[in-house]
Amino acid sequence: MRAIKTPLIAALGILIVASAIGLLTNSYIQLIILFLFVNSIMGMSLNLVNGYTGQFSLGHAGFVAVGAYVTAAITTKFPVPAGLIALPYFIAVSLGAGVIAGAFGYFVGLPSLRLKGDYLAIVTLGFGEIIRVSLNNMSYFGGALGISSIPSMPEIDLGGYVISTFATSLIFAIFWSIICFFVIWRLLKSSHGRCFLSVREDEIAAEAMGINTTKAKIQAFVVSSFFAGIAGALYAHFTNYVSPASFTFLMSIDAVIMVVLGGMGSMTGVLTSAFIITVLPEILRSLKDYTGGVDLRMIIYSLALILIMILRPQGLFGDKEITTIRRKNVSSST
Amino acid sequence: MSAPLLDVRNVTMQFGGLKAVEGLSFQVQKGQLAGLIGPNGAGKTTVFNMLTGVYTPTLGEVAFESKKVSGLKPYEISSHGLTRTFQNIRLFKDLTVLENVLIANHQHVKYSWMDALLLNDSFQKEEKQITDKAKEILHIFGLSNKIDERSANLPYGEQRKLEIVRALMTEPKMILLDEPAAGMNHSETHSLMELIAKIRKEFNLTVLLIEHDMKLVMGICEQIFVLDHGVKIEEGAPEKIKSSKKVIEAYLGVDADESH
Ligand SMILES: Nc1ncnc2c1ncn2[C@@H]1O[C@H](COP(=O)(O)OP(=O)(O)OP(=O)(O)O)[C@@H](O)[C@H]1O
Ligand SMILES: [Mg+2]
Repeated sequence: MRAIKTPLIAALGILIVASAIGLLTNSYIQLIILFLFVNSIMGMSLNLVNGYTGQFSLGHAGFVAVGAYVTAAITTKFPVPAGLIALPYFIAVSLGAGVIAGAFGYFVGLPSLRLKGDYLAIVTLGFGEIIRVSLNNMSYFGGALGISSIPSMPEIDLGGYVISTFATSLIFAIFWSIICFFVIWRLLKSSHGRCFLSVREDEIAAEAMGINTTKAKIQAFVVSSFFAGIAGALYAHFTNYVSPASFTFLMSIDAVIMVVLGGMGSMTGVLTSAFIITVLPEILRSLKDYTGGVDLRMIIYSLALILIMILRPQGLFGDKEITTIRRKNVSSST
Repeated sequence: MSAPLLDVRNVTMQFGGLKAVEGLSFQVQKGQLAGLIGPNGAGKTTVFNMLTGVYTPTLGEVAFESKKVSGLKPYEISSHGLTRTFQNIRLFKDLTVLENVLIANHQHVKYSWMDALLLNDSFQKEEKQITDKAKEILHIFGLSNKIDERSANLPYGEQRKLEIVRALMTEPKMILLDEPAAGMNHSETHSLMELIAKIRKEFNLTVLLIEHDMKLVMGICEQIFVLDHGVKIEEGAPEKIKSSKKVIEAYLGVDADESH
């Protein structure tokens, strides 16, 4: 009973907050809020490969695309159950999207993870592009036009009181974010996750200590692409529209920026930078009103990133977590 | 005599035009503490790299417990019970001392991913068990008070010790130590050698070590192999090595070279 109680209270809390946000904000702000979670999942999952396992992947958008397209295809080409059941149905679909993205991760990782550094980056980048170009040419998936009218999360009518689409979306997003966070967090506190770290630190030594480093890399890659697929599923539901143009190389770069900016191998760091990466471009969007229509957004955005990397090359958090940083400060001040 | 634990049969390692090791054969018996010596660049580390699968010998083969291991991946050889330390220290630098040691236990871990995700009993029991085991070995090497320190922050001598602890955590039958006392002063070296003798007994180990300090090698090794320019020039008990003309020449030759 207790195991159910906490999530239930949490869900209720989210509902109340979501309803408040829903009333106080417009759909534009709401979408930004939802994308905080999409980007967080993208950043956390890439961090598993780039930050914790030390393999430089540049193809994250490819796996996000797989998840998004699987979700889009299933929910637009097959009937969606009406009412309350739609929510667990969407969760099941997103799970499937994650599994398929994970399978892609396995087949991409198997040959390419033998490569190191720049070579791996190039191959994964190539994979992302192959996915995008293939989707462009597959009429089943709408070709360059993509797939539209992807259903949103359902509204739920509780006899007069209506839980809005935004509220259910938020619950869906938080649900997967928490799972993603805990899976990665728990793994890293176990022997299985320590293998990932040893691969990052020194492959030759890890092998000499009996660790199958190829297997460890593939495992990390599969888990990472699974959650990338989940992020894609969320993306599809929240924007109601996917097209090959949504999953360009720039999306992979954004994910890498989140990892590097936050500090390779820091969960809280990645979450912080996911926040920055989501919100900063939006804040800068309004700048146009003051510059007479000239869009300085990308320039300022890039400058800000360069500045942070110069001032803190190890990322905002280094490889520390926010909790350990605080502890250190406390102990050094006493 | 029973079959040797380690049987190196006529191995050659060629890098382009350079034969770093050529036609090398030697055997180490179970329980032995053996030494591999030779001037700089003789090919000693290359031998270790072949034994542990970092390189596959160009020619010849290596058998461990009468099974052929050359050609296997390093982690497979390690799980056969043959492990090593590195001359140019290869710790997991950014991880703590304890984490370094725990990782080496991975091949023996029984709990699954699910157990780890659910934080269940079998996960917690086993984690505690392996942590205790790691702490025990760290204690033997006097590293108990350093377990939470970042391994790269340890002084040099302790980093070398930690490498041995990490290797022991794999539960090896045989351990290869590549210059374990490099960079240590006289008394540190001495106590390290006592430690090596001690763990050999306690962990029922066979040891092959590379070391430059002649006095030390002569003092503790039962069997010594001498390598020069990739070729074995002598082998035998310390007494025999000490009085071997070939060995003296090889070392004097190097001395003459170095004085240029
Ligand atoms: N991967 C490699 N590629 C090319 N040459 C190599 C390689 N590894 C070792 N060598 C060469 O093989 C020879 C033997 O090197 P090795 O490191 O085995 O010597 P060593 O006996 O361990 O010397 P030291 O006492 O200095 O540690 C050297 O000439 C070295 O340059
Ligand atoms: Mg050497």
